[in-house]
Amino acid sequence: MNNVMSLITGLVFGLGLIVSGMTNPAKVLAFLDLAGMWDPSLALVMGGAIPISAIAFFLAGKRGTSLLGRTINLPSTRTINWKLTTGSMLFGIGWGLAGICPGPAIALLGYGLQKSFIFIAAMFAGMALFGRLTAKRK
Amino acid sequence: MTIDWASFTPLHSLTGGVLIGLAVAMLLLINGRIAGISGIIGGLLAPSRNDILWRILFLLGLVVSPVLYALFAGLPESRIEAEWPVLMLAGLLVGFGTRLGSGCTSGHGVCGLSRLSPRSIVATSIFMGFGFATVYAVRHLLS
Repeated sequence: MNNVMSLITGLVFGLGLIVSGMTNPAKVLAFLDLAGMWDPSLALVMGGAIPISAIAFFLAGKRGTSLLGRTINLPSTRTINWKLTTGSMLFGIGWGLAGICPGPAIALLGYGLQKSFIFIAAMFAGMALFGRLTAKRK
Repeated sequence: MTIDWASFTPLHSLTGGVLIGLAVAMLLLINGRIAGISGIIGGLLAPSRNDILWRILFLLGLVVSPVLYALFAGLPESRIEAEWPVLMLAGLLVGFGTRLGSGCTSGHGVCGLSRLSPRSIVATSIFMGFGFATVYAVRHLLS
């Protein structure tokens, strides 16, 4: 049941990305281009998602377990360290260069655009590189 | 600042946002998981038992969504402007950065902000800020 729900949730998430315009990198870059012809549409994606998500997190905090009986562990780290800030900085630069973040990157696979494959391969390489560096330190 | 009203799609973007919010709510309240895409992928690169299949199926749902959409309506335009060397660099930065910073647009930007996590507020401000700055540099300073 868990797995069926994961699949359905991925589908709904992907449809949301498509309908919102997040799977169009040109639109994402137009959203990030404050000094050019600015397309503010994508600010409304957060506007639509956050109220619903906020209610869900509020309920999750009260219940403590999911409907399928799994304990809901919300991230409890509160420290703001160099990893968080540097990582977000690098992500922001990459996002600004291509207009693609991880969710839309995966959904773009289904569009079959050749250029998206290059981005996704590089994104996986970047994640794997991080995994290697942290594994060495342990 | 000039607003491009011709490209402005408030209703679509809001509706898409609602669907994303619903997906976050479903995964959280039914499965007890957080819909942070970089985290879901990252968990596959260092897999632990009983923690693989749900990730693969969620990502499969993402991949299949445009195919399913195309069965019922024409897919909205998707245009990648960057050339491949830039795409490679961008992909590396997005992959490495989201793992180092423990989240991306979904994990920090939607999930984290909606529970007012201080870490996510900081992360989202930084990646949005650097996203704006990068586009400004590329489009208005370098070219």
